[in-house]
Formats: sequence, structure tokens, C-alpha cells
Amino acid sequence: PHAGPVEGKNEAAMSELVPEPRQKPAVPMKPMGINTNLLGYIGIDTIIEQMRKKTMKTGFDFNIMVVGQSGLGKSTLVNTLFKSQVSRKSSGWNREEKIPKTVEIKAIGHVIEEGGVKMKLTVIDTPGFGDQINNENCWEPIEKYINEQYEKFLKEEVNIARKKRIPDTRVHCCLYFISPTGHSLRPLDLEFMKHLSKVVNIIPVIAKADTMTLEEKIEFKQRVRKELEVNGIEFYPQKEFDEDLEDKTENDKIRQESMPFAVVGSDKEYQVNGKRVLGRKTPWGIIEVENLTHCEFALLRDFVIRTHLQDLKEVTHNIHYETYRAKRLNDNGGLPPMTVETEENHESNL
Amino acid sequence: QNDGYRTLSLSGHVGFGSLPDQLVKKSIKQGFCFNILCVGETGSGKSALINSLFNTNFDDSVSTHFLPSVRLRAQTYELQEKNVLLKLTVVNTVGFGDQINREDSYQPIVDYIDAQFEAYLQEELKINRSLFSYHDTRIHVCIYFISPTGHSLKPLDLLTMKSLDSKVNIIPIIGKADGISKTELQNFKNKIMSELVSNGVQIYQFPTDDENVSEINTIMNGHLPFAVVGSTKEVKIGNKTVRARQYPWGIVQVENENHCDFIKLREMLICTNMEDLREQTHARHYELYRRCRLEEMGFRDIAPENKPVSLQEAYEAKRHELYLELQRKEEEMRQQFVRRVKEKEAILKEAEQQVQTKFEHHMLMHQEVKLQLEKKKKVLQDEIALFIEKKANAELLQSQASVSTPLVSLKRDKDRK
Repeated sequence: PHAGPVEGKNEAAMSELVPEPRQKPAVPMKPMGINTNLLGYIGIDTIIEQMRKKTMKTGFDFNIMVVGQSGLGKSTLVNTLFKSQVSRKSSGWNREEKIPKTVEIKAIGHVIEEGGVKMKLTVIDTPGFGDQINNENCWEPIEKYINEQYEKFLKEEVNIARKKRIPDTRVHCCLYFISPTGHSLRPLDLEFMKHLSKVVNIIPVIAKADTMTLEEKIEFKQRVRKELEVNGIEFYPQKEFDEDLEDKTENDKIRQESMPFAVVGSDKEYQVNGKRVLGRKTPWGIIEVENLTHCEFALLRDFVIRTHLQDLKEVTHNIHYETYRAKRLNDNGGLPPMTVETEENHESNL
Repeated sequence: QNDGYRTLSLSGHVGFGSLPDQLVKKSIKQGFCFNILCVGETGSGKSALINSLFNTNFDDSVSTHFLPSVRLRAQTYELQEKNVLLKLTVVNTVGFGDQINREDSYQPIVDYIDAQFEAYLQEELKINRSLFSYHDTRIHVCIYFISPTGHSLKPLDLLTMKSLDSKVNIIPIIGKADGISKTELQNFKNKIMSELVSNGVQIYQFPTDDENVSEINTIMNGHLPFAVVGSTKEVKIGNKTVRARQYPWGIVQVENENHCDFIKLREMLICTNMEDLREQTHARHYELYRRCRLEEMGFRDIAPENKPVSLQEAYEAKRHELYLELQRKEEEMRQQFVRRVKEKEAILKEAEQQVQTKFEHHMLMHQEVKLQLEKKKKVLQDEIALFIEKKANAELLQSQASVSTPLVSLKRDKDRK
């Protein structure tokens, strides 16, 4: 995937900051595509194992954000996804915790390990989104937070003496929770996704899907997909970043049929057919979360975690971050100044 | 290591254990780059070794001893093994050690390595960059060929390796080692290593921090420098055809570990540490280059008074500087323009003045002449008038004289009648 080129005299200005590269030696590099046949085993393919071992040693960062009105089951879903209490549920019926006046950003990090792979998972919750009477611009704090993480990374990257591994707090994936009204997307949904799909990978999910029948679900999904298309909202996986035919076919199927995933979350287990399963118990039956005939949770989980986790990170790094960086270096202060920085400076002077 | 994050246990299978596989899958799609630099005198066996390492006969022309300076020749090949695509670049020094004065022999090599770092840095500093599709040309390993003299390192070796050790991973090897006996070899190796240590040359150490490979790497570290034999020819031994060198007294088999360290080199270079070599190049050598280069350009992380300055602020300060410079130049040009216009205006005005003066002068002249002419005219007119008067008088007189007689006769006639 390539970021769109931005023409500008700024690039010339930029290269003025960097003096002419030193004169290359007489013989330049000529990449000759000679496909040489190997006459015996050498061991080049062992680099895969070397790479795998190295990445397992360093571990991974993953940052997932959940956005949606309160009560849509965001925390439950994330906990179900990662099979542990990675997100603290806001007490629904307990009125001691008031709905915040503005959108708050709460990031909680945990370390989880599976199969020798260590993952530092950060769940970013956005309580207060869509809950006010007047929700104008309620996506702004979220956009600000996302850009702040890009800024943090950029500042580190641009240091002279850099850390070996720059801590990655950038939001890799944003799950947007759509209310299962069965009708269509709300104006707030469209506004949010329109603004944020340009800066972060958005995966829309239909929350609490156990209130829709199969037909209602299919219809609703079709309508949502149509509305997103009409409004020019590119959710993840974005069409323009499909790397090759294999990706395209795989992603097309997901984009045109599976998404948005209609999910149900639960942290309770029940006995069904002799097995213990995660589910929701109702008078009319037990909804099995991981049963594909009941809801699409398993699809979401496989999509986000088992197949596209690395790609989510790469698109964030290679596309969204690069877009931010280019804009930042071009604009010369188009974004609000980082007041935190100056405070730090004052402190260091003291 | 957890940075203060709580560890949670999973109550079931999540599936992110497949993350390394996802990463590997992507890396395979992108392909891998590996760049080897071979430094050694002409005839030290560089080409033969590379051919043997990768079990191929790369097309390589033999070079002469009579080149005026050291050059570097780079060739890129695409090799594939199973599903792994490797873009291998082999850079050879041509003419190294051949000149009479070899003081500057190492400089082209250093320049080449720096040039690759520079190219990467330039890309990294671009506003619109594409690092993930960048063809990485930075040298990941430098194989230094030591001549099999059996004694010690040559001064040229020490000088060259010292100038390269902070820029690239160096693996020293003894080339064409089939001329050294086993006992001589161990002494030679010990001598070389002690000389390297005493001269402070930092060669690449196979990493020993990963328990998977620390044992084998430690053993291998002890075998440095590897004594290798390379061959472009194959010899039939028994029912097998192997790379070997045939002598009257026997056959030196390249891949026989009793004969030389070739297998060790290949294993260390490719099978065990290729990824580490790449990582060291990027995380250590390149970072050092970048840091020095940026400092050279005047960027600092800490400004005077110990206030932390970000490179970005320095960028923006420089940009502001440039912008002011631009504005200043613009102002200068504008002022120059205004000045020129004024000058031109002044010149024109003066010319205008001159024309005006001339005009007035001419007008005056004209008036004067006109007056004079008028005077003359008056005079002439007076003369004419006078003349007419005279003429009239004269005519009158004449007519009076002739009229007096005829008038009398008329009167007489009238009287008669």
C-alpha cells in the first residue's frame, strides 16, 4: 500500500535542510533480476525461523479502542475477545458513576501471553461518547487522542538518540459499536466514521445482536453497508490497501458479506450439550457466543486476532501514521501545540 | 520488562499466538534483503567463496592487479529457496591492496558504506516516504579476507578493519586457507585474534543472549577467524560430486569440516545469524551514522541550558529560518526593483526636462525671429506705402499736365457752340 503522494515545494524545502548526499563511489548499485538457480540447499529459508524467534522475544504491542454509546456491551465484548478482564465494565445500573459530561479517554494496559507470545494489550475506552443531549463534535476528543499518539511516536522517531524500540501507543484498531435498531445508521454514527476513518482503522460492529432475527440481521447489515458506501466511509480493511489478488479476494468477501459483524458478548459460561460455552441465558434459550449460527463473534475474533492483527498494525504504521507525519512536517504547526511539552520543559529547568 | 503492566491470565484460547506467523507471512510476501561486502586483496578468493556459500556460479569477471584505485562493484541477485525470496547483493572491492601507496585504500569502502546509510537516511527524512517498500542497500556484513601468510595481520588489514568496525559487522576470515597446516593454523588464528583485541578492533560477535543459539554461537566465536577454502570447480569423490580443489597430494573438500571452516561460516552467516546481522546493522550501525550525521547538520536533542529540544522543533526552527531568509530575499528583490524603477523614472524625468527646456528655448527663438520678421515686414510695408504714395503723386502730376490743354479746347468748343 502506498500513501498518496502530496506534491509540494515543501519537499524541496525539506531537502534543503538535508544537505546534498555525499558523492557515491564510482560504481552505483545495479539491481539485476537474475533468478539464479541454487545447486543445493543453503539455508536461506531459515531466516523465517530466525525472524520468528526474534519477534517472539521482543513481544508485541496492540492497542484497541472501543467507541459507542454506553450500554452497548463494549467492555463485555473486548473481555470476551481476549478472554480476560482487560476492560473494566462501567457499572450500568449503579448510578454512583455518572455519565461523564464530555467524552473521556481511558486507556488500560495489560500483558497477556499465549503460545509463548507476549502481548501488551491496551484497551482504550471512550465513556461519554454519544451519551450527551447535544453530541456535536463528540468525536473530537477521540480524534485528538489518536493524533496525540501519532505525535508521541513522531517525536520519538525524530530524536537524534533514539530508543531501540519506540513504545507504540498508536491506536491500531477502533471498534465502532452500532446500535441494533434494525433501521439504519444514526447521523452520529456517520459523522464519527466519516471523520475517523481517515485517521484510524475502523471496524464497525453491530452490538447486542441478539435482538435481531436472522433476516433482520441480514437486511440491517446490507443497509448499513450501503449507507457506509454512499457516504464514502472506508472501514477496515480498506480497498485501496489490498496488497495483492489473494488479499483482495479474501478482503472482498469480508467487506461485502461479513461486515459489519453482528456480535454478542458474554463473560459467563453455561453448560450446553456437555460442553462449557460462553453465552447469554434467556428464557427462550442460551445464546452461544462462539457459535456461528447464533452470532458472528467468532468471525470478528478470527478477523481481528487470528488473521489480521499484524495487518492492522502495519496499516496503522505504514499508512495512517505516515499520513499524519507528512501532514505534520508540511503544515508547520497546523495541529494544536503540545502544552504538555512546555510543562515538562519548565520542570526540567527547575 | 512489563513496564508496570499487570499480567492477566487467559480463560481460554484467544488466538494471538498466530501473530508471529502473520508477521512471517507478510515478510515472505515482501521478501528479504541481504547485502554482503567482501573486502580482500585481488586474488584472495572472494568470488570463489561467494559462489561456494550460495552454491551458485555468479557471473563474475576476473580483475587485474593494475587498477589505479580501489573501486567497489555491487551486483544484486534474486535467490529463492522454498518460498523465501532473497535479494542478495554482493559488493566486492576491486583493486584492494594492489596499489603501491595504499594509504587511502580503505576510504572508498568507508564511503560506500556511508553512502548506503545516507540513502536510507534521506529516505527516512523525506516527508512523503515509503520505507516499507524501500530496497535496503545497507551492508549487513563485511567479510574481511586475511591473507594466509601464517604470521600475523598486515598493517593494511588493521587500518582497514579499524576504520570499518564502527560502521559494519565484520567477520574476519582467512582466505585460501588450504596452504596452512593445522598447527600453523591455530597459532595464526590466535595471533590474529590477539592482534585484533590489542588494536581495539571490534569484530562481530555471534550473539549469545538467546538461549536457543547461545551455545552454538559461543563455540563459533571461539573458531574465529574462519579458515575457508572456496572453489568454483567440482570434483568427483566416490559417487558424489563436491566442490573441491584437487592437488597432486589430495583433494581439499570445501564442505568437509575437517578440511576447513567453510560450513561453520555458512551456518553462522546464513542459518543462524542472518537476522541478527540485519538487526545490528539497522539498530546499531545505522543509528550511530544517523546520530553523527544529524549532529553534523546542527541538530541537537539537548539545547544549551539543558532544555530538551526535539529534532522536530529544530526542523521547524530551521524551516522558520529558511522562511525568514526567503522573505528577506523577497524583500531585497522588491526593494531592488523599486530602486531600479525610481532610477529609471529619474532618468526619464531628466530627459523630459531636457526636452522641455529645448522646447522652450526653441519657442523663444521662434518668438524672436517672428518679431524680427514682423519688424521687417512693417518696414517693408512702410516702404511700399511710401512708394505707392509717390507713385500716386507722380501720376497725378502727369495727368494734370495732360488734362490742362484738352480742357481748354473743350471749353472753346463749348463757347463757339
